[in-house]
Amino acid sequence: MGKESFLNVNLKVWRQRGPKEKGEFKTYRVEHVSTEMSFFEMMDTLNEQLINKHEEPIVFDHDCREGICGTCSLYINGRPHGIDNAITTCQLHMRKFTNECTITVEPWRSAGFPVIRDLMVDRSAFDKIQQAGGYTSINCGAAQDANAILISKVDADEAMDSASCIGCGACVAACKNGSAMLFVSAKVSQFALLPQGRVEAARRAKAMVAKMDELGFGNCTNTRACEMECPKSVKISNIARLNREFIKAKLAD
Amino acid sequence: MWLTSSSIGRKVVMSVSGSALVLFLTFHMLMNLVYVYDVAVDTPAGEHYYDKVCEFLGTNWYALIATAGLAFLVLVHLVFAFILTAQNYKARGKDRYAVSGQQPVHWAAKNMLVLGIIIILGMLLHLKDFWYNMMFAELADKEGQFAPTAGYDWISLVFACPVTVCIYAVWFCAIWYHLTHGIWSSMQTLGLNGKVWLDRWICISYVWATVVVLGFASVVVAAIVHNGGFTGC
Repeated sequence: MGKESFLNVNLKVWRQRGPKEKGEFKTYRVEHVSTEMSFFEMMDTLNEQLINKHEEPIVFDHDCREGICGTCSLYINGRPHGIDNAITTCQLHMRKFTNECTITVEPWRSAGFPVIRDLMVDRSAFDKIQQAGGYTSINCGAAQDANAILISKVDADEAMDSASCIGCGACVAACKNGSAMLFVSAKVSQFALLPQGRVEAARRAKAMVAKMDELGFGNCTNTRACEMECPKSVKISNIARLNREFIKAKLAD
Repeated sequence: MWLTSSSIGRKVVMSVSGSALVLFLTFHMLMNLVYVYDVAVDTPAGEHYYDKVCEFLGTNWYALIATAGLAFLVLVHLVFAFILTAQNYKARGKDRYAVSGQQPVHWAAKNMLVLGIIIILGMLLHLKDFWYNMMFAELADKEGQFAPTAGYDWISLVFACPVTVCIYAVWFCAIWYHLTHGIWSSMQTLGLNGKVWLDRWICISYVWATVVVLGFASVVVAAIVHNGGFTGC
């Protein structure tokens, strides 16, 4: 653990009163920020300052603050979840910044994620995609014996890696095309890799891609920005698998 | 029709048409190497092997159908590129990031449309320089400086001009960049990729793009050597 020190930071924050309102950047200064603070604790400090001045606090999404819920969604200094790799915004710490630096904080920008207020965006599109087919519709009954269906360690590990997607939307935020392919491919892959999920693999791939297209997400052009910014390091090999599943399903129709 | 109505379908169209064009480019480059061979062994006038290749391909039905097919592929690739770009632009939303582009994304991946437009412009010049004077001249029974099948003389003439060589150099660079992303990207879109094959396909893309472009560049160098430098535009 490094020695605690303190920073003064200048924040350029996107403020927008509502989905239809015009937004703009506002500049704030936060002094005596501990390097041990998380980014959100610094934002909480700023909000406390604003409340004390009878100003509207900044609205932003956060929940578990442990990097597992996928709720946080800030675009910090040109990167989703900030300047560190493979972390969510809630795991970003102020020790990553320098004294007197300017930090630009923006919401996810995508037609699929409209701004609700300030830094909070509506990511219900992901729920709709998931509802379109991101499940197994069989009646599972009671838990089976672990050896009843044998699954190779490689497949189990890959399915687990795909399932680690927390649906935060950083992939869409990072993509210059506003494409949701990494998210959809992770959700399709986590089932497609397992025998229980294969039964509905074709229907799932078609339904989820159709919903993704319907909701206005862009086309994947394989820039790989999504996997670079994914806090859970979900790989684009999932996108290749989704493409394979989708093409196979369409050719079989 | 899923090839036009779904995002993956549209990308499949781009991949298949792009892959076919890469195969054509490779074939074209291999055919052009015959010119380099002619220059290297200094084949006497009237016996150039490259002219025999041009004569063989000439204006027979197969060549005409293949040319029409190629034009169709280019058109499809181009039209879908614009459709995809327009859709992607819309999908980004109204507001843009104030700070962006911090990810180390490959330059070609971000600029495929611009590279494609440069390639199309270069292709128009190339068609004017060669196709118009060769296949079209033969079809239209047009008199030119050289016979329509005198590919050797046409190449030597075109690359006698330093401005043309510079334009072709830019064109080759655009093709190289376009292929370094396009080849592996098309395999990814067709689902022929995975954790292991991703690095392999990227390596293949770089090697393939480099071989194709060096092959074409060698023709230009051979023409300059044959002409003894630049002799004028």
